[in-house]
Amino acid sequence: MLYREAGQFKTNYVADSAIFPLRQDRIGIGLIIVAAYALAFLGNDFLLQAVLIPFLVFSLASIGLNILTGYTGLLSLGTGAFMGVGAYACYKLMTAFPEVNVIVWILMSGFFSAAIGALFGLPSLRIKGFYLAVATLAAQFFLQWCFIRIPWLVNYNVSGALEAPLRTLFGIPIIGATATPQTRYLVVLTIVILLTWLASNLVHGRIGRMWIAIRDMDLAAELMGIRPLQTKLLAFAVSSYYCGVAGALLVFLWYGGAEYDVFNINQSFFILFMVIIGGLGSLIGSFFGAALIFILPIVLGIVLPAMLSPFGISVGADVIEHLRFMIVGALIIFFLIVEPHGLARLWQIGKQKLLVWPFPY
Amino acid sequence: MSFRKIGLGLVAATLFAGTALPAFAQDSVYVPLFTYRTGPFAGSGIPIADGMHDYLQMLNERDGGIGGVKLVLEECETGYDTKKGVECYESVKGKNPVIVNPWSTGITLPLIPRASVDKIPILSMAYGLSASARGDIFPWVFNPPATYWDGMSMIIKYIGEKEGGLEKLKGKKIGFLHLDAAFGKEPIPLLQELAKQYGFEVALYPVAAQDMQNQSSQWLSVRRDRPDYMVMWGWGAMNGAAVKEAVRSGYPMDKFYSVWWPGEDDARAGGAGAKGFKMLNWHAVGTDYPALKDIQKHVVDKGLSKSPKDKVGELLYNRGIYNSLLIAEGIAQAQKLTGKKVVTGEDVRRGMENIKLDPARLKELGLEGFTDPMTLTCTDHNSHSAAFMQEWDGSKWVKISEPIKPMTEQVRAQLDAAAKDYADKNPGWPKRSERCDNQS
Repeated sequence: MLYREAGQFKTNYVADSAIFPLRQDRIGIGLIIVAAYALAFLGNDFLLQAVLIPFLVFSLASIGLNILTGYTGLLSLGTGAFMGVGAYACYKLMTAFPEVNVIVWILMSGFFSAAIGALFGLPSLRIKGFYLAVATLAAQFFLQWCFIRIPWLVNYNVSGALEAPLRTLFGIPIIGATATPQTRYLVVLTIVILLTWLASNLVHGRIGRMWIAIRDMDLAAELMGIRPLQTKLLAFAVSSYYCGVAGALLVFLWYGGAEYDVFNINQSFFILFMVIIGGLGSLIGSFFGAALIFILPIVLGIVLPAMLSPFGISVGADVIEHLRFMIVGALIIFFLIVEPHGLARLWQIGKQKLLVWPFPY
Repeated sequence: MSFRKIGLGLVAATLFAGTALPAFAQDSVYVPLFTYRTGPFAGSGIPIADGMHDYLQMLNERDGGIGGVKLVLEECETGYDTKKGVECYESVKGKNPVIVNPWSTGITLPLIPRASVDKIPILSMAYGLSASARGDIFPWVFNPPATYWDGMSMIIKYIGEKEGGLEKLKGKKIGFLHLDAAFGKEPIPLLQELAKQYGFEVALYPVAAQDMQNQSSQWLSVRRDRPDYMVMWGWGAMNGAAVKEAVRSGYPMDKFYSVWWPGEDDARAGGAGAKGFKMLNWHAVGTDYPALKDIQKHVVDKGLSKSPKDKVGELLYNRGIYNSLLIAEGIAQAQKLTGKKVVTGEDVRRGMENIKLDPARLKELGLEGFTDPMTLTCTDHNSHSAAFMQEWDGSKWVKISEPIKPMTEQVRAQLDAAAKDYADKNPGWPKRSERCDNQS
């Protein structure tokens, strides 16, 4: 009823190829952004610090991996390590040049990650699929080894850990212990929105079409004049850039200090699951995936005891933890059976149904 | 009413119920316990969690809490995962916890800078950031009773005594098998310093976290190098695997020493051959103490504990008790200092700085001889207490030495350098402004 395209005429190509051709979609996205900013003032510390900030960080990392795996069809297991490169680069930059605003360094740190990503992407010209996954696994182990073994990366800290020194933006602390969750959230949200907008423009434009062409059939793409090496390396670089920024945000705006172990192979799998559940080759899917894999267990942890207590069943924290695992695991299997293309596809189907509702003919 | 509506109603109701924070009675003290009963380290985590819980629960059952105030205990499952640990911290922060025990160095590190802002003290018992022993720089962090540097110096001292004096170590070779992480690498500078001083040689055998359970390559090197002594800094599955490999490769077990983290199950992994394996420890094993008898009577026998009855009194269970003993003492001292019954995190921070576990106090608590006396002050949040050596006799741990004092001078140098380094690298690290009730 409300959601329909009747009456919205396109008079030029630009309007017709817009990312959100429907007025309702544009209003909807505007409302979501306004609501996201409003949450900074309405939500409590727990919601901001333990739910929304990590959700945004993981969404950004998922977008990064999605560019590589979903759009270009290159399977990577090095996401955790590329996030780590971003975090360590950001730490080195912000401690070496404390006078430059830290936001600049967060955005710059992605470029280091991009360079490392492109380097480890070189084998992708020759190998594909699972074999490439193994090659990126090498990146994961090698980089993690570097994080442990090169004390220069952590400025020779005895603890061997990254620490978040105090950094401000317009005089307000955004990094360090005195930064409130509210300001951290606003910074993370703004960076994620800007980078998502950028990614959306990339994947819908010429570069994105090149990536998709390589994904769908690299031989045909090459015959049409797309150079595979440059395109694949670009995908690796852009993907790693996003992961790197996400890694820097994770350490400095979420944890506020971390050990190398945060960037282990499990982190890579964690992000990969988000991408697969959310939907390969979809930006909104990255957000859905992060929500399902990260937020759902937290919600279950709060809801399950509340649900069981009226029946006089009091269960320990460990049982809740096991229940969380089982329910999330079952839901993942359920979604993969019902919709193998991920939550993004469900969302798309829902929107299509809505377009013709309530007269489905 | 359709099923869908009922379902929606249920979801809405539970969401509503879930968002309303459980209300705590005004006359209680909230003590969150971070535990890891799941995940790869659960083997060590479960007995520790049981010990921590049971001691405080016993105080609730026997004395009605501390100073007449009930303790509200709540476990939060971390799985030894930093992500979940930080989530736990955020979820308990709003409920006015008096102290948090992260039980993982990875979780401790992000919490250290937050402690002074949130006014919640951190108790990282013999783990975490060693430099936080300096109370003047880290007023909110406590890591008694000894740092890893203390531990290393005690082991070297013990080996030296066995050889007939530290100078007899000249020309010997000491192998250092460690987890290749900040925790395992921390004692290396001190070890090398001591090696220079006493003229022994150090061979390093790092074990990466992902192949903790596969140490065959390290032990092959040990076989080749034939070190006179082996010292281990391991955690979780690494300890058991190391004992097993040492037995298999025929290393003399009486020359194999470990820091204080292996439990009975780790030593049992080596079977009969593990006899002679030694480790540092600072508290007793077993249940021959009135407080432990009370735990059995008031908690375990009433079915309030999750621990199997025969595990009560094992090494890591008692380690959990020691941890809770410190929490309880911190709260008791805070009550004494402030005269309040319901204390806050700020009060407990002051209380922790006034902990004085002398023999008389330990007797009062029903733990006479359970551990060596220990005192915390405003400047010393660690106490650098002596620990003793114990040996695995094939079925249980046996105390084989008197308390060994750490080499204070060498440890102090490491500590001051590390603490200064931390404060320097964090410009704007707050100067201590918290009051001190215990000038020393």
